[in-house]
Amino acid sequence: MSVSFERSDVVAGFRTCLPVAVGVGGYGIAFGVLSRQAGLSVAEATLMSATVLAGASQLIAVELWDAPLPVVAIVVTTLVVNLRYVLMGASLRPWFEDLSPLQSYGSLFFVTDESWALSIADLRTGSGRGGFLLGAGLSIWVLWVATTAIGAAAGGAVGNPKRYGLDFVLTGIFVIIAVGLWRGREDLAPWAVAAGFAILGAEMLPGRWYILLGGLAGCLVAVIRHD
Amino acid sequence: MIDLDPLVVGVIAGMVLVTYATKVGGLWLLGRIELSERAEVGLEALPGAIIVAIVAPELAGGGPPEWAAAGLAAVVAWRTDNLLVSLAVAMAAVLAFRAI
Repeated sequence: MSVSFERSDVVAGFRTCLPVAVGVGGYGIAFGVLSRQAGLSVAEATLMSATVLAGASQLIAVELWDAPLPVVAIVVTTLVVNLRYVLMGASLRPWFEDLSPLQSYGSLFFVTDESWALSIADLRTGSGRGGFLLGAGLSIWVLWVATTAIGAAAGGAVGNPKRYGLDFVLTGIFVIIAVGLWRGREDLAPWAVAAGFAILGAEMLPGRWYILLGGLAGCLVAVIRHD
Repeated sequence: MIDLDPLVVGVIAGMVLVTYATKVGGLWLLGRIELSERAEVGLEALPGAIIVAIVAPELAGGGPPEWAAAGLAAVVAWRTDNLLVSLAVAMAAVLAFRAI
């Protein structure tokens, strides 16, 4: 399979991801507001969004924020919450092994759950658009950074996002992407197991460990059934 | 409002470092080992399993309005293969079902 890295790939990724990025922007505003309440300045909150670019871990870090700053706890929690990216990066290998280190490792800086999911869906169709991930990641980056700044500057003037259904945006997006990833009956057992373990894990484990647990469990079922 | 505390910048730098390590770690690691056919099968099943693991607890934590909206979104996505249209339907549906 040949994978390109064209400017048009990046543009396609950016465009496709834009509606998703608008949804992510709702979370950016929430993060900005929360980080101001936790004591970060507008510049600090915006800097964190621009460089860390991992929403769940940023929200948790801001929750841990205290005086004196629990530096080790924040950094270690960030690592643990983001371990799922190891799996996501691994899943990109069939396409990204053809890219240069700058292209692949540069694109991966901008990876988020949403841009990864859209890119996998695109690459699975055989599009060969290696630059799609970068474009998708950039559209989320732009919205995430801008809305963090807006949220932080606005402070507490924002109402409950549930009123506008914004809390459902990401759930809806992932359902739609899952439909595109469905490969047929072979996926039934792995997906059922992944869902079961994730639901159990979300009840019993802290943070976002349930994503790793469910993902690995589903993957294992596929491997076992292969024989 | 625009001040940057050196300690805060240091914490953010630490967060950036560990986050970037997780983002590139999977690809880097797999570039260094030879994968068996079984492992390739697992790798192909991984994206779907991760997505399901992300969304299943969110849906389980919701109620009938969210389930109905998710179901409708899935049908529209399956029929149209269009993210924007499916998402618009999902959002309209969840707002409508919650209002009932």
